[in-house]
Amino acid sequence: MIEVKDVHKSFGSQHVLKGVSSLFEAGKNNLIIGKSGSGKTVLLKCIVGLLNPTEGHVLFDGKDYVAMNIEQKNEIRRELGMLFQGGALFDSLTVEENVRFPLDMFTKMAMSDKKDRVNEVLKRVNLVNANAKYPSQLSGGMQKRTGIARAIVMNPKYLFCDEPNSGLDPQTSIVIDELIMEITEEYKITTITNTHDMNSVITNGDKIIFLHEGNKHWEGDKISLFESDNKELIDFIFASEFLKEARDARHKKLLSNLSK
Amino acid sequence: MAEYIHASGGPLFHIGRYILMVKRCFVKPERAAMYWKETLRQMANIGVGSVMIIILISFFIGAVSTVQFAYNLSQSMVPMYYVGYVVKESMILELAPTISCLILAGKVGSNLSSELGTMRLTEQIDALEIMGVNTISYLIGPKIAAAITMIPLLVVVSALTGIWGGMLAGDLTGYVSGVDYTQGILMNFVAKNIYIMLTKAAVFGFILTSISCYQGFYAYGSSIEIGKASTRAVVLSSIMVLIADFVLAWMLLN
Repeated sequence: MIEVKDVHKSFGSQHVLKGVSSLFEAGKNNLIIGKSGSGKTVLLKCIVGLLNPTEGHVLFDGKDYVAMNIEQKNEIRRELGMLFQGGALFDSLTVEENVRFPLDMFTKMAMSDKKDRVNEVLKRVNLVNANAKYPSQLSGGMQKRTGIARAIVMNPKYLFCDEPNSGLDPQTSIVIDELIMEITEEYKITTITNTHDMNSVITNGDKIIFLHEGNKHWEGDKISLFESDNKELIDFIFASEFLKEARDARHKKLLSNLSK
Repeated sequence: MAEYIHASGGPLFHIGRYILMVKRCFVKPERAAMYWKETLRQMANIGVGSVMIIILISFFIGAVSTVQFAYNLSQSMVPMYYVGYVVKESMILELAPTISCLILAGKVGSNLSSELGTMRLTEQIDALEIMGVNTISYLIGPKIAAAITMIPLLVVVSALTGIWGGMLAGDLTGYVSGVDYTQGILMNFVAKNIYIMLTKAAVFGFILTSISCYQGFYAYGSSIEIGKASTRAVVLSSIMVLIADFVLAWMLLN
């Protein structure tokens, strides 16, 4: 379980996060949604410790991550995995070496055990026969799957995904979304995903927080999302022409329901 | 870490951050075997990857030095075997360590800077930090260790190639015979000069690697910034190598 309490973040005079609080439960897909520039990435970076909040606390199972020194933070970091927007695979290493990297660095497992574990997670993300390939030889979807495999190879307690669908076609996006959802449930991981993809929201949104201009404007799940009256959230959800028509139809339906 | 990158400051800020970076290079590694593997990779990259260019350039530096010294000495009463002596001394004391390191500042420095800059840009450094790896120690420490080990070896190769190139050029042009040149090489051998050459090479190796890594590690923004960081790495490390050359010459020859 991860809790953020009144997190503020400023860059000089620019106040990006203005007191965000929320609770992210274990075994659930927690989504942070919002427009570009709403503070999603900054919040995610504050949670994982790539940025220090100006004010506020981030608690990992009750332990205040912000107050920890670098060694204590590194202990927590070994329990978390992260899928980066561009994959962030190491160019000089093959797929197998990329996925094996955390095992090589932090465990004393025998090489055969490490290889077995790597093959197990690669199979889990449906990436077989790619062990010897370099990141430059992989498609975007394969890079994301390698990134997921690397993120889960150490059996993390927490999984963070930064825009997992960016640059992917809709079909591959669905595959990645389903994979994140399955892995979260299977390993009982606390997953926090930062996205503005509505398909992800509908597929994976066990818990959703909506950020607007650095504030948490709304919190709920994928079912209550469409019932919200929050103006900014409705504008965000129904941004496309097609969805605007759907929103109008929804309004008409609501009006007709009211008139009955 | 990311916010430090976005912070900008004057020279004191950069000097302070550079010192902290160097200090963090020498902390206890998470797994020594991984650091050793990375050091070997960097030794191949910095050392083996630069041998050919060092041989080529040193050969011609030695050859040109011979021809020019011989031309000057031919109009004086000084015996021609002094050409071998002068080329040997200048290669060992100055040309091999300094010119080699200036070339390496261009080749290795820009390479290291752009490698780290690209890793920063593509979030590979963030990925390492998230795993709990001490990124400065893992990414920069092995590069510095490899440079301090390999650059003195390259400088030895440079000095030998330069002296040999000089002998070949003297013979081919007819200015100095091989016998005279060899007599000059064997004349008045000072072992301390070898020590000065190796000290210079190790110090220059440290300077060019650490400055280039600093520029790349703290690069941010777009690919244009990576290019600018590489340019800064080459320019700054070249200037610092020249300053260090003067300081070392003054200290070690006194």
